[in-house]
Amino acid sequence: MVASEAVRLFGMWASPAVRRVEWALKLKGIEYEYIEEDLSNKSSSLLEFNPINKQVPVLLHNGNPIVESLVILEYIDETWKDNPILPVEPLERAKARFWATFVDVKCREESRKAFFMEGEEKEKAIENLQVQLKALDEELEGKKFFSGDHIGYTDLAVGWMAFWLGVAEETAGFKANYDVKFPNFSRWMKHFLAEPVIKDNLPPREKTVEFFRAFKQLGSCTKVNQK
Amino acid sequence: MASEKSVMLLDFWVSPFGQRARIALAEKGVEYEYKEENLRDKSELLLKSNPIHKKIPVLIHDGKPVCESLIIVQYIDEAWSDKAPLLPSDPYQRAQARFWADFVDKKVFECGGKLWKLKGEEQEAAKKEMIEILQILEAQLGDKKYFGGDIFGFVDVAFVPFTSWFYSYEKCANFSVEEVAPKIVQWAKRCMERESVEKTLSDPKKVYEFVCYLKKRFGIE
Repeated sequence: MVASEAVRLFGMWASPAVRRVEWALKLKGIEYEYIEEDLSNKSSSLLEFNPINKQVPVLLHNGNPIVESLVILEYIDETWKDNPILPVEPLERAKARFWATFVDVKCREESRKAFFMEGEEKEKAIENLQVQLKALDEELEGKKFFSGDHIGYTDLAVGWMAFWLGVAEETAGFKANYDVKFPNFSRWMKHFLAEPVIKDNLPPREKTVEFFRAFKQLGSCTKVNQK
Repeated sequence: MASEKSVMLLDFWVSPFGQRARIALAEKGVEYEYKEENLRDKSELLLKSNPIHKKIPVLIHDGKPVCESLIIVQYIDEAWSDKAPLLPSDPYQRAQARFWADFVDKKVFECGGKLWKLKGEEQEAAKKEMIEILQILEAQLGDKKYFGGDIFGFVDVAFVPFTSWFYSYEKCANFSVEEVAPKIVQWAKRCMERESVEKTLSDPKKVYEFVCYLKKRFGIE
């Protein structure tokens, strides 16, 4: 029904927000054309389709651009109704959106600080991150995935933590200690990364570590050009 | 102790985030119990209902809490879907609405805060930023009646509470919203013709009094 050329995704290989969209597209079996962006030299297409934030990912469907990865996930779910990623019930949907926003805003903020900063500020950020991980750990009590037995919207939203948090830890020299302190979360990470759609759609670890190492050296003033 | 109504809103009178929820409930004709929170002495109910952020607004529906204002508005839209839809039915239009509501969320309040918290060059920079934000929103509104087109919708609900803060922004940073974004001012007036908005928004002078109180409390002058 949907031709592959009707769906295009502008992305960047190391970006967790872009992978999030790819995971959703693959879960739904949607064919798409992927366009790799050089974020240090953004294409005129990217700037045309996302003039406000000038960031990846941008999903183009039938010529219409959709931006912001969580907005894109909801768009995908509403447009291709097979294999729904959001629950049906309003309260469950509200909870799913709550956790997605929590990791996207709060956890990401503390992870960035832990990554870029040093000394006391870094320590404080790690402390805050652990409080957040505890909340996520408690939410996972008795559940395989945030969305239940199968991965869904919340798992896709939290997904960056399963892979990129480890990369950040390695390159920035800190440990969030989830394997010791947060057993539910640690278990979730393993299950999530073992899912075929996820496992086959992660950036190469060594290359990602190198990339983030270089990124950290650019300093804390650099804005991350991903959303 | 148990409320007759099954819907309760934990809120703070001047909060634009709480006002989003109030406007959405009013648009849907939902009766609810309003509970004013003392943010310097938060209730057990608030802390229990929103343990992660400990913030208002919190909507409690049949004992179940919903947190974060835009999530609350979407919840209200979905739980009372039989009346006054706030989001359009077309997925692309919905994505556009979510993007712009998110834009308002990320930009307006924080930049507005800088206008009354900062001075000198930093305030000038924040003023420039706010003017840019208002002009971007104005371009998005265009000549439409509302951000939602003919329908008062999600983006309108997300943004309109901040219009009662315009007076404070103008006084603190010395500029005129009407001069830089006249269509936004007209749109705000049209929104105020709706009972849900008119009954909810704080008087701009009272908002300014509140801002002055905050400045004193934080030792800003």
